[in-house]
Amino acid sequence: MAEQDIALMSHLMRRAGFGASRDEIEAKAAQGYDSVVQELLNPETQEAVDEDLLYRYNPSYYEAAAIENNVQQWVWRMINSPRQLQEKVALFWHMIFCAGHSKIDSGQEMGLMVDIFRQDGMGKFDNLLLALSTNPGMMYYLDNTESHKTAINENYGRELLELFSLGVGMDEGFNYSEDDVKACARAFTGWNIAPPYPPFPHGRSPWEFRFDPADHDTEEKTFLGETGNWNGNDIIEIACKQPATARFLARHLYNYFVADEPQIPAWRLTPPRDQAAIEAMEKAYWESDHSIKAMLEVLFTSDFFKDEAIRYAKVKNPTEMVVSLLRMTGEFKGYKPGLFDYSQEPKYMGMDLMNPPTVEGWHTGREWIDSGTLVERINFASDILGNTELEGVQSLVNRLMGLGDKLTPEQFVDGCLDLTGPVVLFPDTMGQLISHASQEGELSHGTDAEKSDFTRRSGEMFQMIAATAEFQFE
Amino acid sequence: MVQTKKDPVLAVLSLSGGNDGLNCVIPRNNGHYRDARPTIAVPEDQIIPLTDELGLHPTMGPLKKYWDEGKLAVFVGIGYPTPSYSHFRSMDIWHTCEPEAIGTEGWLGRATKQLDPNSENVLTAVNFGRGLPRALVMDGVPVASVGNLETYGLLTGIEGENQRNDALEVFGRMYAPAIGTGAVMDYIHQTGTDALKGADILSTAPDNYTSSVEYSSTAIGQYMKNIAQTHLAGFGTRVLYTTSPYNGFDSHANQLQANSGLLTDVSNTVDNFMTDLREHDASDEVTLMFFSEFGRRVKDNGSGTDHGAAGVAFVVGEHVKGGIYGQYPSLEPSQLEEGGNLKFNLDFRSVYSTILEEWFGLEANPIVNGNFERTKFFA
Repeated sequence: MAEQDIALMSHLMRRAGFGASRDEIEAKAAQGYDSVVQELLNPETQEAVDEDLLYRYNPSYYEAAAIENNVQQWVWRMINSPRQLQEKVALFWHMIFCAGHSKIDSGQEMGLMVDIFRQDGMGKFDNLLLALSTNPGMMYYLDNTESHKTAINENYGRELLELFSLGVGMDEGFNYSEDDVKACARAFTGWNIAPPYPPFPHGRSPWEFRFDPADHDTEEKTFLGETGNWNGNDIIEIACKQPATARFLARHLYNYFVADEPQIPAWRLTPPRDQAAIEAMEKAYWESDHSIKAMLEVLFTSDFFKDEAIRYAKVKNPTEMVVSLLRMTGEFKGYKPGLFDYSQEPKYMGMDLMNPPTVEGWHTGREWIDSGTLVERINFASDILGNTELEGVQSLVNRLMGLGDKLTPEQFVDGCLDLTGPVVLFPDTMGQLISHASQEGELSHGTDAEKSDFTRRSGEMFQMIAATAEFQFE
Repeated sequence: MVQTKKDPVLAVLSLSGGNDGLNCVIPRNNGHYRDARPTIAVPEDQIIPLTDELGLHPTMGPLKKYWDEGKLAVFVGIGYPTPSYSHFRSMDIWHTCEPEAIGTEGWLGRATKQLDPNSENVLTAVNFGRGLPRALVMDGVPVASVGNLETYGLLTGIEGENQRNDALEVFGRMYAPAIGTGAVMDYIHQTGTDALKGADILSTAPDNYTSSVEYSSTAIGQYMKNIAQTHLAGFGTRVLYTTSPYNGFDSHANQLQANSGLLTDVSNTVDNFMTDLREHDASDEVTLMFFSEFGRRVKDNGSGTDHGAAGVAFVVGEHVKGGIYGQYPSLEPSQLEEGGNLKFNLDFRSVYSTILEEWFGLEANPIVNGNFERTKFFA
């Protein structure tokens, strides 16, 4: 099989999913790029993840209230779901529609919110926003439960415009006014939940969305130039027809799936890295009646996505770092004890899943890296990838042996890089790895002693690769 | 500002889960206390008296010595307005000093920035435990976060000292400044180099440490030992932080037994820590604070207590002026907060402000987001 097909499929699986084992990548490359893209875009054509397996081992995960259980369950799905893009898209929306356990105080509500992203995340954007605006966790997190006809709380109304749909501005202009924020907030009055929180005196029970007509502002409102007796549904419909919303979505998709962009608050003044790519996705939005899937299809089949220049142009977020290594090495396929420890790793690296720092979410790109998180990333990656007892790593070692009876240090390093990515290194880094490998000379695997030496050296080389600055990118 | 022989250092032990203030600093002869807690009230004759009204839980004996020396400040009724009953949110508020908005910067991150504006020392602030508590987060402030001081470092999974040393040498060269790799790559190289430097320095701390003190083998004991080791190693670390195992103090059930164990551990460990520093003539420049994100409900639930509001906190050190600070909140049912909780009267930001100004000599208001009455607990 052509090397470039493998490299491209590996890129697709890293971006549209959480990576894959080498065996899977080769099988998918043989299946063909466009066919795999269609599978990813149509999760219903793929088998669902076997949740029964998880519940059988861990009945306590079922409708669990504890946040730890909900995080574990999600991480497990990311590792095991054949519907990879569905989970990746769920994470995408979780990083935009940020609400956190720190305030919501219920793992179950957080799990239900992520379910929305999973179910509606690739559909019509209007439907997703409506699901979000009727999600009890979100209504509580952004204080819509405190917004009343007689005393408006603007928090949800503002964030819906600023962070969830139009964005502050584009092409140096502003996308909405303070009056629009007020009109938006008024339209969402009465969108409430039950039972109220804090849960005195009877303790907590699951939330439901409740529309309270008596608390809804029925006066006329002017929103983005349109006047009427708007309710939240109308606001969403009007917001979704704005050019700014198409731009907002296209830039977010590009930033998450293609290459790191500047931080979001800079978008009003900073033009996109690739204007043509953004326009192509905007066009898909209009032609498909606001379909996220249509935008993703344009993205994954475009030349700008396949371009070699954007491979490894994105800093892996901590969840991607952890889950992709577990998938690459076949660790945690199915179920076994130890999920809790893995599920906490993204938190150690600065991404506490289901608990983003604020409604603005995590700062991405280079801001994932500081001296504390880098140590966690490097140690985790090199521990997993260098563990030659793992099934997936052992299979990489066997493949390396299959390259020939004798390998020069150069062939060995090339082989290791190819099998773990293919990872592309800067020449200086490459030189360091080759000179390290050269210290022990050529590798062979004829005798048992040579085999064991070969395995040890492979593990060490994988550890070094996992420790490179280049491996921080995907 | 307090005068110390060496640069002042703050150590913080965060008690995660909501420590039950009422069973920690106990209103000794308060009838409401006994009425509200038929299951878990501490018998009056077992309480360790501090004042006529208040006393410590029977397991907190090791702290009595510091009280008698006048070096233990006890804060009662401590909290903040409109209490949050969520562990995460309430701890966030203590970390960021932002009870209304959601903040991203921590008070000690800001303090560290003031103590070392040009990040000249990669170890000005060190956290013990995995992942950084938000108290220490601030953009551009490097903070080392140490899961285990004995094994802290990069590429710790590599077995064999020679192999690991080789690997670290390669690492050092791979992360050396490179030309033409782009701004983000440059930044990651610099960060990797800083991390390697910090780890190299920190890893020497246990080797140079000897002490007659034996800390408990619990996470609290071991992390406080690590804090002592790091301080004694003289790396110029000014802020040392650790958190007890996550939500350990969340005593909804079986509180009598669980809490006795935890309070024993905390009290012994604080005593060990102070004794250790004194043995090394290194206690003069250290102040230790321990606190929790909230107290617990006045009424017990038959086995434990649910999340509450105002709680207790402690500061111990050679320059501390011992005593009770704040008013003990009324336990009268009509005087309680919504849901049957104690009302706060001492804002935690008063305590922070005093530490920042009197101990570190920093301007407190911008760090704690406001002007709070100073609590004069330094001698």
